[in-house]
Amino acid sequence: MSIDDLKKKIVTSPDGDEFEVNPMTDYFCGDCPEEARPVKGILEKFYNWARSESIWVLGFGTGCGAIEMRPLMTPRFDAYRYGIQWRPTPRQANMLIVSGYLSVKTLKRVIRVYEQMQNPKYVMGLGSCTINGGMYYDSYNTIKRLDYYLPVDVYVAGCMPRPEALLAGFEKLKQLIREGNAEGANDYANRFEWYKANQKAVILNWDMPDYNW
Amino acid sequence: MGEKMLFAFISVFIMLNYGLLINGVIRRIYARVGRRIGVPVYQMYIDLFKSWGLRTNIRHGTMFYLGPVFRFTGGVGLFLFMPAVYGVALFTNFSFSGDLLLLLSFQFFGTLGMALGASESGHPNSAIGVTRGLAQMTAVEVPFILAIMAVAIQYDSLSLTEIIAAQQGGILHWTLFTNPLATVAALLAMLGAMMRSPFDVVLAPQEIPIGPPTEYHSNYMVFLQSNRAIFPLAKAILFMNLFFGGALTIWMLLIKTFILLMWPVLVGVSFPRFRVEQSIRWFLKAPFIIGLLGIAYVYFFLK
Repeated sequence: MSIDDLKKKIVTSPDGDEFEVNPMTDYFCGDCPEEARPVKGILEKFYNWARSESIWVLGFGTGCGAIEMRPLMTPRFDAYRYGIQWRPTPRQANMLIVSGYLSVKTLKRVIRVYEQMQNPKYVMGLGSCTINGGMYYDSYNTIKRLDYYLPVDVYVAGCMPRPEALLAGFEKLKQLIREGNAEGANDYANRFEWYKANQKAVILNWDMPDYNW
Repeated sequence: MGEKMLFAFISVFIMLNYGLLINGVIRRIYARVGRRIGVPVYQMYIDLFKSWGLRTNIRHGTMFYLGPVFRFTGGVGLFLFMPAVYGVALFTNFSFSGDLLLLLSFQFFGTLGMALGASESGHPNSAIGVTRGLAQMTAVEVPFILAIMAVAIQYDSLSLTEIIAAQQGGILHWTLFTNPLATVAALLAMLGAMMRSPFDVVLAPQEIPIGPPTEYHSNYMVFLQSNRAIFPLAKAILFMNLFFGGALTIWMLLIKTFILLMWPVLVGVSFPRFRVEQSIRWFLKAPFIIGLLGIAYVYFFLK
């Protein structure tokens, strides 16, 4: 998609009728995200337990760290036994692992994917590159701190962190979810302007709506 | 009627739980074959509660809502219109004299419903998945219908209850032994209907992210997951009734359906995946011919 695709245009239907299409309003929803308040009491505790025991990870590898997720799916480390499963679509996934360095180009895709996921959703920053840039600290086209752009729940440090470190990260995330502290999606909704300003500061050719629900 | 509805609710509830547990067991078996430990057996329940507990969801229109509802109706309807346990009021459900024809349409109902719902989501992967699914289902139906026609001609009936009744009186009265060709054709068709390898390209988790349900999440997903528990079980019960003598007790039902459900699993863990056109060709070769031979067998040897 390019910026030109988002401009108003006249489209001819198969019947020969001509009509105007405005992609920004016709194809996308312009609404900003809203905070979805947790239900109170024991029901939320139960949901949080279920969320922590059923983490659906979006299979989206952004950098070299994606290679560390394969051993987790296969016999050696087998994360499935902890209720961690991989889903191929952001609609069903509730966890995004940003695996390694994030170039500005990839950041755009990651933002779109994150915004398509449903509340509650969690983000794990994998590898030093997501914490402080790591070995890409002086690169001109990678971002240095992931939590300027997306609300991160857990960081797993290392270059590369081994699968055991990821499993430890998952356990930490589970603990956060059970305590009710993994409310990144609501944080993103509440500080939407701040996150958007940060994102737009690095993504210069912003060719998508502000919120890709 | 009120009592019958209560019984139907209870039997659907029992089957839903059995289906969820058996799906957990099957995932565990798949994992063990792949030398993993696999998800806990009760993982399906947690997934269900998790999906239910999502706080937001996306709407695409009325048909998008109705897609999973139709899918679920296909599964529950298939189960509700056949006698699950022969002669037991609790599991007789709403079976009636022409139920076999209705059950055939219920086989397709869910897929068609999902086609409408998934198309409205506007996601290209959904449309591709549905097209593949319908194409494959149509090919699967050919040997399956031939096998069912053989059974209907053999017993001169379109009523499942009568077909089960005709198979009572010992294991050699089962259609499995009276008409083995039709049974083989149906068992081969069952492989395609169960959405397991080698015929699971419709759900292809890698090439087209999970096919028709790409856009479905939260409560929609709960419907689809529940259906995934009930539908294969209902199909297994249908096969049990048609070819394996039905069930006289709930325990016999559980054991027979478990063994029947293991058949696609056994094939699934052993063979890699077909592409859609390969699977269509496959169904229109050996299973199709065996199905025709099954009907011929009824005409020449049983009539």
